[in-house]
Amino acid sequence: MALTEQTRLALREILARYPKPRSALLPMLHYCQSEEGYVSPAAIGACAEELGLTKAEVGAVATFYTMYKRRPIGDYYVGVCTNTLCAVMGGDAILDALEEHLGIGNDETTPDGAVTLEHIECNAACDYAPVIMVNWEFFDNQTPGSARELVDRLRAGDPPLPTRGGRLCTWKEASRVLAGFYDGRADEGPSAGPASLIGLEMAAERGDRAPQMPRVASPGTGSVSMARDGAPR
Amino acid sequence: MSPQMGTKTGTPKPFALTPVLTANWAQPRSWTLAAYESRGGYAGARQALAMSQDEVIALVKNSGLRGRGGAGFPTGMKWGFIPQGDAKPHYLVVNADESEPGTCKDVPLMLASPHTLLEGVIISAYAIRAHTAFVYIRGEVLHVVRRMQAAVDELYANSFLGPDVLGSGYALDVVVHAGAGAYICGEETALLDSLEGYRGQPRLRPPFPAVAGLYASPTVINNVESIASVPAIVSGGAAWFRTMGSEKSPGFTIYSLSGHVTTPGQYEAPLGVTLRDLLHLAGGVRGGHRLKFWTPGGSSTPLLTAEHLDAPLDYEGMVGAGSMLGTKALQIFDDTTCVVRAVLRWTQFYAHESCGKCTPCREGTFWMVQILERLEAGDADAKDVDVLLDTCDNIFGRSFCALGDGATSPVVSSIQFFRDEYVAHYTGGGCPFDPSAATLFAAEAGAAR
Repeated sequence: MALTEQTRLALREILARYPKPRSALLPMLHYCQSEEGYVSPAAIGACAEELGLTKAEVGAVATFYTMYKRRPIGDYYVGVCTNTLCAVMGGDAILDALEEHLGIGNDETTPDGAVTLEHIECNAACDYAPVIMVNWEFFDNQTPGSARELVDRLRAGDPPLPTRGGRLCTWKEASRVLAGFYDGRADEGPSAGPASLIGLEMAAERGDRAPQMPRVASPGTGSVSMARDGAPR
Repeated sequence: MSPQMGTKTGTPKPFALTPVLTANWAQPRSWTLAAYESRGGYAGARQALAMSQDEVIALVKNSGLRGRGGAGFPTGMKWGFIPQGDAKPHYLVVNADESEPGTCKDVPLMLASPHTLLEGVIISAYAIRAHTAFVYIRGEVLHVVRRMQAAVDELYANSFLGPDVLGSGYALDVVVHAGAGAYICGEETALLDSLEGYRGQPRLRPPFPAVAGLYASPTVINNVESIASVPAIVSGGAAWFRTMGSEKSPGFTIYSLSGHVTTPGQYEAPLGVTLRDLLHLAGGVRGGHRLKFWTPGGSSTPLLTAEHLDAPLDYEGMVGAGSMLGTKALQIFDDTTCVVRAVLRWTQFYAHESCGKCTPCREGTFWMVQILERLEAGDADAKDVDVLLDTCDNIFGRSFCALGDGATSPVVSSIQFFRDEYVAHYTGGGCPFDPSAATLFAAEAGAAR
């Protein structure tokens, strides 16, 4: 990585967030990915230099974590969950369909540099299975057909909106956020998807609610009158 | 059904959903400070800051809150292990590395209501006398990271964080830290190594994190849902919290239903409801099929079957049924699912995520994948199932951390309940199931044929 003065400043800004410098290493590696799209040998050298570590020490960390890529990847990283639940619900069929449709295998990139395809592990969205992540945004309840349409639009430069998340940014832009540089876009997207809200909706239909919080302080419990969620008013 | 809750013992309690953590998720712009405060948010933090630290710890101890990340350790007791009056800095670390297969509660909580967690962080950090807290979020959920970053920024801008939290004189800094893809970092000591900038590998205990955790200083590590439950406990009191759940497993919790169920999703209820109750609410197993097996709390908790539908989904109830409550990730599989295929895939996951530090886990998961692949392909024989069990014997209790133990859960429990299906795989020349029948779009695929 050609270490510009700006890169050095960013790495030092990350470093300043932590009580001990080495804690900055993971976000620093995310930041390097935001500049180059992957963690290059030069980036490992730069992090090592900033932290006073050897390249071997930094390389050992960079290769341990699956989100750090060791070679350039496409603008859109498409991860198909094939952990058991998503796989059974259709994730395996979706991955097969995408490999065939794109003409690439796992951990490969389309020749136009638009899409890198990989199978991923459980991404904490099992109530929306089968799930695809694009640049770590959720595309819920996928089918082989919807997945083909999704990658076609990514390749056409017309990325669809994630199911629960902000407008898609590029892999490099996403990596910058993960490095701790907020991009001002938290207000995009919904609060929650339908499956996240199903229990809440059923509770409302059934008239179910948490017991009322006490109005008067109970001795020894430190509780006083409060009106907040969980306390019917 | 009556919404009345909380008869002490004896007859089963009438079952009602109890949204507390999920109550504001449907509110417009629920992730903002203004929306959260409009519903009484941060009242608990203001109350706690007016109490002494020891009073807050006592309150959480009295509530009986137990860890919601899987192990179920009493939260207040964990806080009580932090030495008081020592010279070292103390740290609070929130484990937001939600990665246990099937688990999907912390991510929607942080997406919809980051302030519920952050209010809990303020109270908990204050209680353990910490002035720095970290929220370690798995990196693979970009918008969740954004929402947490924005929420923390809002708190600093309004002096809810910084040198004088809510005018109390208490100082607290919160750092949102994104992980980089490693299931093992959900193990608390591996998380600490990761947060210190190392490979995420578990540490030998003792010393426990309460004595020598982050930077060898006293550290409390709690799951997102545990910390997020604290504000309501402060506002409602320990007795209120105990009107839900049972004596040993009090309170509300989020159950996550996924898989072959009519309406998958998040259901917040008192601890101790049963899968039969929840399935009834969720419209049952998908039409035309019956329940085959399920996990109570992710893939690391032994599989259960239809015979366990009435076991209470709490810490004791699940141990009584031969499993564990875990993360309350109820993955439902119907009769179209091949249990060998399911277990093979989970085992591949554990082999992939094994950190490599200890031999039983690193080698054992690798060998189990080979055997399960042979079984699924029809190349196994009668000895292989026993070799699987023997391998599990050599992993369980002999691994450095809980990952290895967890890896044996699906293997041992599936052989216990479905040995015939394993046998069918080597006597019948491979897997007898059609994987397309198990998919959500099976009907669509069938029609297209």
